[in-house]
Amino acid sequence: MSTDLKIKVRGLSKAFGRKVVLNNLDLDVPRGQSLVVIGGSGTGKSVLIKCILGLLTPDKGSIEIDGREMVGASSDQREDAMRKFGMLFQGSALFDSLPVWENVAFGLIEGRGMKRRAAKEIAVRKLGAVGLGPEVGALYPAELSGGMQKRVSLARAIATEPEMIFFDEPTTGLDPIMSQVINELISKCVNDLGATALTITHDMHSLREIGDQAAMIFEGKIVWAGPAGDVDHSGNGFVDQFVHGRAEGPIKMPIRPL
Amino acid sequence: MISFLQTIGRTFLSGLEAIGRVTLFTLKSVLLAIQPPYYPRLILKQMIEIGFYSLPVVGMTAIFTGMVLALQTYTGFSRFSAESAIPNVVVISLTRELGPVLAGLMVAGRVGAAMAAELGTMRVTEQIDALTTLSTNPFKYLVAPRLIAGLIMLPVLVLIADIIGVAGGYLVSVVKLGFNHATYLKNTVDFVQALDVISGLVKAGVFGFIVALMGCYHGYHSHGGAQGVGKATTNAVVTASILILIFNYVVTELFFAR
Ligand SMILES: Nc1ncnc2c1ncn2[C@@H]1O[C@H](COP(=O)(O)OP(=O)(O)O)[C@@H](O)[C@H]1O
Ligand SMILES: [Mg+2]
Repeated sequence: MSTDLKIKVRGLSKAFGRKVVLNNLDLDVPRGQSLVVIGGSGTGKSVLIKCILGLLTPDKGSIEIDGREMVGASSDQREDAMRKFGMLFQGSALFDSLPVWENVAFGLIEGRGMKRRAAKEIAVRKLGAVGLGPEVGALYPAELSGGMQKRVSLARAIATEPEMIFFDEPTTGLDPIMSQVINELISKCVNDLGATALTITHDMHSLREIGDQAAMIFEGKIVWAGPAGDVDHSGNGFVDQFVHGRAEGPIKMPIRPL
Repeated sequence: MISFLQTIGRTFLSGLEAIGRVTLFTLKSVLLAIQPPYYPRLILKQMIEIGFYSLPVVGMTAIFTGMVLALQTYTGFSRFSAESAIPNVVVISLTRELGPVLAGLMVAGRVGAAMAAELGTMRVTEQIDALTTLSTNPFKYLVAPRLIAGLIMLPVLVLIADIIGVAGGYLVSVVKLGFNHATYLKNTVDFVQALDVISGLVKAGVFGFIVALMGCYHGYHSHGGAQGVGKATTNAVVTASILILIFNYVVTELFFAR
């Protein structure tokens, strides 16, 4: 069983000062599948991804990637693991000092040492794969709309053909049509590359489109996990409330009357 | 009384902590800067940014400083009929002290602030995290080129400032104070020693490193959105300026104390 886990998280805890964000969290990401983690804003979804990527150091717990422990690993081992990863950041995080094509080609040129000319060809191809023409390559990120930036960021995340891709709220802040375009692109990229995917979102539509497996995070823990098809009849109070967007339920919003 | 002592103690400890953090940052930067991969393209870009684009402001500072030095020395020294010492005073003050210190402070305001703002924005928009996920070490890619460029370019700037400053003093002395232009130049050249110029250039190298280091340190560690970036920028300029004045004393002590 444990052999076909791409990522295995056990007892992960992370606090900022006195604010506990992740509290003894367990999570399994099966190899070659697309896991979608849902949860409200500020529940620590981004912190979870950043811990797995090694961008934040957890206070406690274990993170295994391909069976290798990553917490406390040397920076060489970490860099090794990073080579297999692609990441789509919540805010796109494009390098604003570089034109679009260099953004997409960045992992190839700097991470893999590829020649600029060869990397540019691949970048243009990847831009095509996310529906952007080669002329976009010469623009700078600031000249693009939010939806285009997301697509460039997606192209950058898949340019090195990673084994595992992380998506942090890929559709947040986009209109429904652009959301659907991004969802389809993600499904297509994951299927074409045969990659494992971990997506974090509060967009239920996204979950249904791109998820094989689903999990829900609440108060720093995974409160439910199962096949993505089961979210509508999970029998779990948290998931039900989230799926139907009810204000009443086990998830309490600390709101006082006006 | 107790709480007063507590405050003092806490301030002292957090001061020590900050020194420790800066020291660690410096060691890490230098250690990583001397390991491949190197980024000659980025070093060149920073050299142009720091050296070439600072020329106007440093040149203006130098010429007016040289002019005012000549004028002030004249009003002071003419009381003792010691006007002939003007070329000596101008060239010594400029090469040893005013050239490096004023250029350092001007560059701290111009370049240190820009570095802190750029890295700070990259930090809060997750571009620094994105670098890591693309298998690129931010210390090697962002910090090292700036440190190297600062170390190299500030001495170049100061050498130019020395020449421009002496020209300013010459201009005032010859045109306004009626010095013989050949005598003035001869006195300048006869009097200035290699050690005067060299000590100034060593100072400049130290100051250039300090400016880049503070810009990178505060930018790299900025947090809390636009406000945080603003704070990082201010801190970079203030700490760099203070450190320049402190290290000016230290280097002077090393060169000239006997
Ligand atoms: N670097 C940080 N420093 C302090 N607090 C943080 C930091 N990053 C995240 N947090 C806090 O952790 C909580 C979870 O954040 P995040 O993971 O970004 O939420 P989301 O689930 O919306 O992605 C938030 O309350 C946030 O204030
Ligand atoms: Mg988030």
